[in-house]
Amino acid sequence: MNIVVPVKLVPDLVEELTIDASGAALDTMWLRLIINEFDDHATEQAILLKERSGGQVTIITPNAEGVDDMLFAASARGADRLIKLVGDFENGVNNHALARTLATTIKDLQPDLVLTGVQAHNDLDGSLGPLLAEYLGMPYTGYVSGVIVNGDKAIVRKEFPGGLIAELELKLPAVLGIQAAEQPPRYVAISKVRQAMKTATLEEMDAPGLNPDGGPTIGRMFQPEAAEKAEMISGNADVVADRLIGIFKELGVL
Amino acid sequence: MIERINFWEIPEIWHYFAYVVLPLCGLVMLGRFYGRIRLWWQVGRPERRWDKPLVRLWRLIKFGIVQVKVLSKTYPGLVHVAIAWGFFVFFFGTALATIDADFIKFLRGPIYLIFKLMLDTLTIAALAGIILAAYRRFIQKPSRLTLDRGFTLSLTLVFVIVFTGLLTESLRLAAIAQEPTLQPGWSAALAWWTPAGWVTAQLWLALKLTPAVINSIHLWIWVTHATLVGVLFIALPTTTLVHMFTALMNVFFSKLDRPVGQLAPIAENEKKEPVYVSTLRDLTWKQLLDGDTCTECGRCQEACPAYAAGTSLNPKQLILSIRDALHRDGPTLAKGNGKSLPLVGETIKDGVLWSCTTCGACVRECPVLIEHVDAIVDMRRHLVIEGRVDDILQGALANLGRYGNSFGQSERMRARWTQPIQPKIKDARREPVEYLWFVGDYASYSATLSDVTQKTADVFQKASLDFGILYDGERNAGNDVRRVGEEGLFEMLAEKNMAALDKCTYKTIVTTDPHSYNTLKNEYPANNGHAVLHYSELLDQMITSGKLKFTKKLSYKVTYHDPCYLGRYNGVYDAPRRVIEATGCTLIEMPRCRDKAFCCGAGGGRIWMEEAEVKERPSETRIHEAIKLDGVQAFVVACPKDVTMYRDAVKTTGNEERIVVKDLIELVHEALG
Amino acid sequence: MNQDIFVIIEHLRGQVADISYVMLAAAHELAQNTGGKVEAVLLGQNVQGLAGNLAADQVLSVEHPALADFTSDAYIKAVAGLTVEHQPRAVLFGHTSVGMDVASGLSAHLGLPLVGSVRYFESGGKFVSQICGGKIMAEGELPAPTALITLVPGGYKPEQGQSAQPPQVTQVAAPALDGLRVTLKQYIEPEAGDVDIAKEPLLIAVGRGIQTQDNISLADDLAQALGGVVCASRPVVDQGWLPTSRLVGKSGKAVKPKVYLAIGISGAPEHAEAITGSNVIVAINTDAAAPIFNIAKYGTITDLFDLVPVLTDKVREAKGG
Ligand SMILES: Cc1cc2nc3c(=O)[nH]c(=O)nc-3n(C[C@H](O)[C@H](O)[C@H](O)COP(=O)(O)OP(=O)(O)OC[C@H]3O[C@@H](n4cnc5c(N)ncnc54)[C@H](O)[C@@H]3O)c2cc1C
Ligand code: SF4
Ligand code: SF4
Repeated sequence: MNIVVPVKLVPDLVEELTIDASGAALDTMWLRLIINEFDDHATEQAILLKERSGGQVTIITPNAEGVDDMLFAASARGADRLIKLVGDFENGVNNHALARTLATTIKDLQPDLVLTGVQAHNDLDGSLGPLLAEYLGMPYTGYVSGVIVNGDKAIVRKEFPGGLIAELELKLPAVLGIQAAEQPPRYVAISKVRQAMKTATLEEMDAPGLNPDGGPTIGRMFQPEAAEKAEMISGNADVVADRLIGIFKELGVL
Repeated sequence: MIERINFWEIPEIWHYFAYVVLPLCGLVMLGRFYGRIRLWWQVGRPERRWDKPLVRLWRLIKFGIVQVKVLSKTYPGLVHVAIAWGFFVFFFGTALATIDADFIKFLRGPIYLIFKLMLDTLTIAALAGIILAAYRRFIQKPSRLTLDRGFTLSLTLVFVIVFTGLLTESLRLAAIAQEPTLQPGWSAALAWWTPAGWVTAQLWLALKLTPAVINSIHLWIWVTHATLVGVLFIALPTTTLVHMFTALMNVFFSKLDRPVGQLAPIAENEKKEPVYVSTLRDLTWKQLLDGDTCTECGRCQEACPAYAAGTSLNPKQLILSIRDALHRDGPTLAKGNGKSLPLVGETIKDGVLWSCTTCGACVRECPVLIEHVDAIVDMRRHLVIEGRVDDILQGALANLGRYGNSFGQSERMRARWTQPIQPKIKDARREPVEYLWFVGDYASYSATLSDVTQKTADVFQKASLDFGILYDGERNAGNDVRRVGEEGLFEMLAEKNMAALDKCTYKTIVTTDPHSYNTLKNEYPANNGHAVLHYSELLDQMITSGKLKFTKKLSYKVTYHDPCYLGRYNGVYDAPRRVIEATGCTLIEMPRCRDKAFCCGAGGGRIWMEEAEVKERPSETRIHEAIKLDGVQAFVVACPKDVTMYRDAVKTTGNEERIVVKDLIELVHEALG
Repeated sequence: MNQDIFVIIEHLRGQVADISYVMLAAAHELAQNTGGKVEAVLLGQNVQGLAGNLAADQVLSVEHPALADFTSDAYIKAVAGLTVEHQPRAVLFGHTSVGMDVASGLSAHLGLPLVGSVRYFESGGKFVSQICGGKIMAEGELPAPTALITLVPGGYKPEQGQSAQPPQVTQVAAPALDGLRVTLKQYIEPEAGDVDIAKEPLLIAVGRGIQTQDNISLADDLAQALGGVVCASRPVVDQGWLPTSRLVGKSGKAVKPKVYLAIGISGAPEHAEAITGSNVIVAINTDAAAPIFNIAKYGTITDLFDLVPVLTDKVREAKGG
């Protein structure tokens, strides 16, 4: 089985995020990029499938700072092919552009399954998986937390809000948006990653003209007002309880 | 002049027994022993343990002959030494007697008498020892001992051999007393050179047995004695007594190449591939020898915090598992056709390995210098490479890899605690300093500790110490990362720290964290000869030199907890105690202090792992220990993790009213007024 | 092209999801700017009954056996048909496991622009999206001609999208739904056994302030009334008052609920580190200096024993009424 996993790096939320001079984008100066956590799960799911029923796992990712380390870590985990797309990614691309360029590359790889993370925290133009599926002409299902491949079909577990799970059958080839791998992504010892750096090869492929059509244009970015301290509710138990009820309602839990 | 008579009244035919059969038994013993130990190198990996023979010989004498560690527990120690020395002396006595009989006659006159006295005294000692050992084994039954048939058998055999020896001697004396011409030069006065024999001889004399009867009893008891010696020879390699040999070998081959606080890097095989220990074949011959050496005394078990807490780890059982696996699978493996059965995960479960705090108490206690922690870390390295780590640990390791700290916070937040401090602490990367303060993760990031860390800075500033820190250039030092078994991550952290340190001009590193202290001092190879000090040592120096002058005399009654990586691993016991006393506090020791200190449970990466179901956390046990001391108000620690661990334990044991946890620096800060 | 706002109603097994009402509320805000109508789109089989309290100018009901259960394949085709035919100004989807599957696919399918993670619309009609875990807001003009939107909760209250007046329901013929490549095999009910607090959206957390095992029932009652789950700090679990599976913190689980109600918890770092992923933390504590207030959005310095029973009653009232 031939599994392709498109992976992207996203800003690490551990670092303080700042807005650049244009006021409409993140300041890349202090940005630290890490693998999108759902892509990490997608990688793990791909490797689990490979371990179960054989095949090849190809990781494909647009070039960015730190992307080599991420690819080597994937190789240490068990990925077979590592592809780095080189192109005009410096100022970031939206998912529409990324999906278009990925689709051209992935078509040639003739995958049976494409696993992506179900979303990324900086998706402003929808998630990557369904876009990719359309451009590739494949069926898609997202929020997947379990995959079984059966001949030319995949049986997947899709989660609905509230915990209900639907078992869906998809004709292969298909694109899946992975919400959680069947097992949490395994720990990869640093020495394995270092070993992979010595032995694994990174293939570079050109990403032809990026077309961002379909994504919104951002006029302004800003940070929501950070409450330094909690908003304190005072009064007797009755008053406080009323206010809390109000808050619960606002938040949609009541 | 009195002299030794060879084969006194023993018919010639029996001489052959002594000269032919017993040596044959000896050969059988050696053969069987060889059959057992060849597995070490046939199964185990090579490891160099032959260097520095003189140092090794000294260790053999100290730990194998004088048995200083055995003696550290008085009752069992004395009992063991009595029996062991009995064996040594009987062995040498027999050798001397052979020389005397067949080569040079020298056992005559005073030398003979001293020879006899030695043998006789050790006979008494050994018999007494055996009886006391039996008392311990059958009446006291301490839980740490293995109360197994094998030990009873050995003890019985040894007893009968020594006892029949005594009987033989006494019968000979009785016969000579009746007929002094049997040993020229004999007189009743000289008989007191063999007191036990002579007293026992009175028994035979009182029975008024005829010389002929005495003679024949003497013969048959001698025969019994000699036969049992033969039996002992043959059986020895498969009895518990085999430790006579293995223990001597184990102390001889014990670790010399590095301090206790230093772990070896991952070994490589002939193909230069790293060796992760998952099967018997991956252990070194010395680690297999460790297994065969264990005397099952249980001292390690008794000292182990993980065992006391009720986790699945028992260091004694761990070592015995290696032995059992070796004798179960070793012979097939040695033939080269058995495939290596998994040791880790099967014989030794993952949970056992993860329970260890690497406190080193087991290593410290083991009378035969078994190296538990090294083996545990070796096996953990395999688990890490396989990704068999729990979620919490995985998260911590991932954070350490990404951010250089286990808190998962940005490195730019590392020095946030310095914000209120005036004047600003020097950045050691920008300007030269005398002391480079390696702050460590907990002291830097833990919100509950920033007060203690700020006080440390305040004390340093009040003492006009020329110091600086690395700010965001510091990474976790990697002590616990290494002990978790994540060697690659340790190397990466060490490289980053070394790169940062290399850019600085400084004389001495100081740290409040014993874990960082240990690894910086013992495991950072290219440390360019910079001294590493624990803050307790630095404070001690500053007090002695008058740089730090106290204006207030504190009057608390306190107790002090020795951090494992400061005390047991690096022998720093007195400096913190002197500092405590200099502040005016009265120090009351806990029963387990200094090298016997009981671990808090956080070390070896345990602080990053899921808590197992435990009877009681080690830190809680420790607080209970402190509470029992009369009138102790404060529990003084010298490690940031300890502050966290023990403040928590004081809460969970409900002792907030009775005792407070104080960092050493808090006392110093207070005494500065 | 017209100025109407379509809302793709999300429902599961005969129940309209809250996000649908939030979308309707948002759609009204947007429609005021565009001057169009709000049209709720109800896809499914025998679903007219769900139209009841939708606050929409019209409900377009599309019935087809292939829409009886959700699959992205069928939904994309169905919504594509409607969109091409009616050309609304915007189509709203929930930013959920249902809406996200459809919106992106539709964007590629029809070549229409998509804005994700929208939290609210500004009075001028601009969208504001919430990204980077809520740390960044991004604002922009609604793209043309038809903007596909996925909406996150929090910007509007569900009640704003409900109406006592049943809307007018118009049956619309479903497009051809053949050649579907995704089919439902079966539903699997969430496993019984203890809940996974890491996945619960509403957590009632109790700490040492609760004092005794018996008092845990206070939290239980509240949780039951609210439909949440009880969890705890370590002292409570250590006492055996709650199982380890309910432990939040360094030695337990990290949680990320919508609401984390911390009752009698001081907020020690070992606890706090595991709850920072929560959307909103509400803290009840008698100590004004408790660090929990540094990470909570709302706090109150009130004795839990006074407050919790009153709160439980009021929640019951609110639910009952
Ligand atoms: C290695 C390690 C791991 C740990 N792991 C965890 C972990 O996973 N999870 C965890 O929770 N802790 C953990 N801890 C323990 C942690 O440090 C704290 O001790 C613990 O979280 C405190 O729990 P608490 O807030 O319930 O109790 P406390 O800190 O005692 O706080 C009780 C609070 O209740 C308030 N209160 C009292 N009475 C009332 C009342 N009537 N009404 C309202 N408020 C009241 C008090 O003001 C106080 O703030 C760990 C500690 C260590 C050292
Ligand atoms: S190092 Fe400490 S915890 Fe580990 S086995 Fe030895 S005594 Fe037990
Ligand atoms: S390992 Fe050492 S201390 Fe432990 S039981 Fe064996 S001999 Fe005794």
